[in-house]
Amino acid sequence: MNPRIARFLSALGPLFGLLFVIGIFSASEEVRPYFLTGGNFKIILTQTVIVAIGALGMTLIIVSGGIDLSVGSVVALTSVFAAKMVLQGFDPVVVVLLTVLMGGFIGCVNGTIIASFRMMPFIVTLGMMGVVRGAAKWMGNNQTVNPPKNPLNALMALSKPQELIPLPMGVWVAAALAVIMAVVLRQTVFGRYIFALGSNEATARLCGIRVARQKILIYALAGLFFGLSGLMQFSRLTQGDPSVAVGLELDIIAAVVIGGASLSGGTGSILGSMIGALMMAVLRNGSNQMGMPTYMQEIIIGIVIVLAVGLDKWRQSRGVRQTGS
Amino acid sequence: MTPRLVMRNVKKSFGATRALCGVSLEVQAGEVLALIGENGAGKSTLMKVLSGAYLPDDGTIELDGRPFVPGDPLHARQGGIEMIYQELTLAPHLSIEENIVLGGEPSRWGWLDRRKRRALAMSALHELDQGDLPIDAPAGSRPIAEQQIVEIARALVRQPKVLILDEPTSSLTKRDAESLFRVIRRLRDRGVSVIYISHFLEECQALSDRFTVLRDGESVGSGVMAGADLREIIRMMVGREVKDIYPRMPHQLGEPVLSVRRLAGRNKPASVSFDLRAGEILGVAGLVGAGRTESLRAIFGLDETRDGSVKVFGTESAGLSPRRRLDQGVGLLSEDRKAEGLLLGRSLSDNLTLTRLGPVSRMGLVSDRLQATTTTAWMKRLDVRAQGAEQAIGELSGGNQQKVAIGRLLHHEARILLLDEPTRGIDVGSKAQIYRLIGELAVAGKSIVFVSSYLPELLGICDTVAVMCRGTLVDVRPVERWTEHEIMAAAIGQAPVPQS
Repeated sequence: MNPRIARFLSALGPLFGLLFVIGIFSASEEVRPYFLTGGNFKIILTQTVIVAIGALGMTLIIVSGGIDLSVGSVVALTSVFAAKMVLQGFDPVVVVLLTVLMGGFIGCVNGTIIASFRMMPFIVTLGMMGVVRGAAKWMGNNQTVNPPKNPLNALMALSKPQELIPLPMGVWVAAALAVIMAVVLRQTVFGRYIFALGSNEATARLCGIRVARQKILIYALAGLFFGLSGLMQFSRLTQGDPSVAVGLELDIIAAVVIGGASLSGGTGSILGSMIGALMMAVLRNGSNQMGMPTYMQEIIIGIVIVLAVGLDKWRQSRGVRQTGS
Repeated sequence: MTPRLVMRNVKKSFGATRALCGVSLEVQAGEVLALIGENGAGKSTLMKVLSGAYLPDDGTIELDGRPFVPGDPLHARQGGIEMIYQELTLAPHLSIEENIVLGGEPSRWGWLDRRKRRALAMSALHELDQGDLPIDAPAGSRPIAEQQIVEIARALVRQPKVLILDEPTSSLTKRDAESLFRVIRRLRDRGVSVIYISHFLEECQALSDRFTVLRDGESVGSGVMAGADLREIIRMMVGREVKDIYPRMPHQLGEPVLSVRRLAGRNKPASVSFDLRAGEILGVAGLVGAGRTESLRAIFGLDETRDGSVKVFGTESAGLSPRRRLDQGVGLLSEDRKAEGLLLGRSLSDNLTLTRLGPVSRMGLVSDRLQATTTTAWMKRLDVRAQGAEQAIGELSGGNQQKVAIGRLLHHEARILLLDEPTRGIDVGSKAQIYRLIGELAVAGKSIVFVSSYLPELLGICDTVAVMCRGTLVDVRPVERWTEHEIMAAAIGQAPVPQS
């Protein structure tokens, strides 16, 4: 098969999966009137935002061959941080900037430790997960921080709940960032180096890529997105909650992996990850509409993750031609 | 006498690709058969059929006169067919002893019988006359040559009838290869049939009783090795006559471009000094472990340097990073294509343009189209056979992979090329092309450091040859003033032979 077509098809794989899932929920006469409506898709898109923005950062990290387990904690910390700043009366623009930068700072620390001590990202970010969660609870005095009404609430607020348009600001922000990051990952030298690094670190070094610096940049940039996720989390709850988003990193990793990335690095795409994030949200929403208990949802989502990646592997193994020598 | 193994008209296709279209061969008990062919000729596929990894589409296989078609690797093994792959398959953290009995650990009621295990491992090593290997050392900590012996010992534990060796000497020095040959001859004398796959014709000639040549998935000739004409065999392999495998292209030597003085690394090298001039091909000979690879890596900045000076185009610059070296116009071809040299999962274009994405970018964005056209041009120039610039490079044969790896240095427009074993494990046709390419580069005024363990090629294409021994560069001479014997003597640390 022509490799160009093959790549196109592999990008379409997750999309077919998404359409399939939407199709299943729409097939039921009872669910369709609630599920297949503009208002419901507005809810789905809004629910996707936090995972999607996180997945933008996580895609960079996973393609580079790394992993970040501290995302849920970072989202909690930054949401508390944002709430506290609003409470202190800071300007919303300053709140946005500092919250995002805080995420970037934590990513930078992760990246620096990983790169300078050549440690496994899994371990470093596992440690960071605990440290940051603790810090969030400390900062919030172990309780939620409730600021007064403020402009940031509008980021994720649903107006006109019956119709698809207008979408909340957060959805547009996520979509715009996705387009930018798709270009960054595919078409810039920085992005190409991420693929090279994840494909083979030794080759990357041989080819003059400053591996340590590249890693720090990747984790720091991803951290900015995690900070932004935290801001969206704050906007959605209209409060800072230090115990929110436990296990969020696993949802995000699942979205990236459903989107076709490999945890061993070197493959993945922003488009795929976005579709993966949507798929998770559609599954949650659809099973809710069907009146399934949450434990069923968890089981279904678990099966879908394994199924999606398994299908991808199977397709790839069939695509690889055997070459004799 | 019934032959040990007969294959008749074996065929195997993968989709539209016909990997084998009619191969026949025969091996007697106690005989070494050399299986010769270029990369892509179907040797590996044929051996995978024999070792049960692939089912043949057509044809017959007979073992000791009875039809035998291995359905899977275990079946082949039970039939007495053992295969030793080019890439070693030892578990690096386990000891030599544990590796030898791996998969067949003697046990009682599920408990390991350690004494029996040791006896089993020792008897296999003694059979190979290698009883003094450190049997408790982790296999990964031993040199490649020893690991290879361990692989053979592991095969031996299972009492094979047919032993297949795929390119076993590609990473061995001459001396280690000699001891491997002794082991193989010993096995042959004990009645084992050995199928020996190698690119080194001289080696096949020295070792084997008979040969079979494969070309494009067909067996095109076989015969008795003693007295066979090597040129005739090469003609069979490539289907044409390779007249002059080492082209001598007249070229001028200019000013020194790279001057290394007393360069020392963390462990190796201990002391390396040489001058490389514009348009010069400098060969570096030595045993494996002499520090040749480490010297190149230290110069290029991949390994730390401890001491010494490196001048590039007259600028003192020891200890620069690979990025800065590339910016200076120095390029390194890694000896380990798979682990370091290439991004196996990525496309040809990504691999070829990685160090210099500028020319394939527009307004700061890398253009897939420009990348592909640039790569296609290089593929044409270097005669790379692939489906296209977008194909994953891991799917190509070794020779084609290597051409792309060298293509990266050319695309980078490197003026000093450090080539570490550029012809290892690739077919004769590709080798000849790489020799010619190196010659052309020298004509164009580029400078090449050419590390190789294969003396004929060093003597064949280099202007100057340096020899390393135990971390030190011990001697540099123009190529006319070396003989193969003198290089070997210098490499194993014998006193320099006085010049006559």
